[in-house]
Amino acid sequence: MHELSLVADLFTIIEEQARQAGAKKVTKVSVSVGELSGVVPDLFRSAFQSYKKGTIADKSRLQLKMVKIKFKCRSCGREITARNIMDESFSYVCPACGSRDMELVAGRDLYLEKLEIET
Amino acid sequence: MEQKKKELLVLEDILGSNKRIAGEIKKKLEEHGILAVNLLSSPGSGKTSLLEKIGSKLKDNYQLGVIEGDIETERDAERIRKIGLPAWQITTHGACHLEAKMLAKIFDQIPADLDFLFIENVGNLVCPASFDLGEGLRFVLLSVPEGDDKPKKYPEAFITSQVLALTKCDLLPYLPFDTDRVIKEALEINPALKVFKTSAVSGEGLDELCAFLEAELKLRRHQNARAITGS
Repeated sequence: MHELSLVADLFTIIEEQARQAGAKKVTKVSVSVGELSGVVPDLFRSAFQSYKKGTIADKSRLQLKMVKIKFKCRSCGREITARNIMDESFSYVCPACGSRDMELVAGRDLYLEKLEIET
Repeated sequence: MEQKKKELLVLEDILGSNKRIAGEIKKKLEEHGILAVNLLSSPGSGKTSLLEKIGSKLKDNYQLGVIEGDIETERDAERIRKIGLPAWQITTHGACHLEAKMLAKIFDQIPADLDFLFIENVGNLVCPASFDLGEGLRFVLLSVPEGDDKPKKYPEAFITSQVLALTKCDLLPYLPFDTDRVIKEALEINPALKVFKTSAVSGEGLDELCAFLEAELKLRRHQNARAITGS
């Protein structure tokens, strides 16, 4: 339910970027969403649809790219991708060397990747 | 008139403005030697009750303050003031989490001589996990009546916290709650998590939790002093 505040922050960035680039219109917005970012894609979409009205991105399409959760073992360097959002079988143990010293390297972030604009 | 379409590579963090403000808050807290603790949990899992108890234990030796985040009402802040602690209420009017900018607005009211600043987030095990408030420690609370299947259902809160406090443990004899399962699942997704079994009713685990907080405060101040003198 916090998607609306995220979309508000997203539009601050969109408007600033569009202004700097001298855009008349933003036609496409591409966002990358980590599976562990806490964002529900459907809620993010509907928040985007209502927020965009009357903005420079009024007619834009939203493209969401989901990013898998990835861990890296600090001992042996092996990277592990969690299949689903933290699948049931997931355990914080490196399957290659058995170490528990792992760090989360992908899946938490929420990025505005690119914009398609008309100048 | 000809319209030109072009692609603009942006790569900007949407949570960037929150992270920036959280970073400023963190810096100020560290300068003042204040340890801020952000408490996350579902509504009704006992955040305020736990704060009342550990607040009463710590207040004789330390300066404490509490920020209360709620959607509406000052009820929680009033409970905290009753035990003699300063409390600042942030009402979010509908928002399901606290954000760093909400804290920044009231930050000038926080005395610089505090030892501990507790931040009770809006009751919600999902959304608050995404927003850094500049805290030094994050606690996730899970109460026994909520059930023992939560860590893997709400992973972000458990992954981003340093402490798991199981609350209402006085109810363990009456409910089918497998403590070992919860701890095992929580450690599977966050092996560094410190776990405390607590009860605000029986007092179980509260001394241990207070001792942990005191040790953390001491450690962090020591590290800060070393960082400042560069030794």
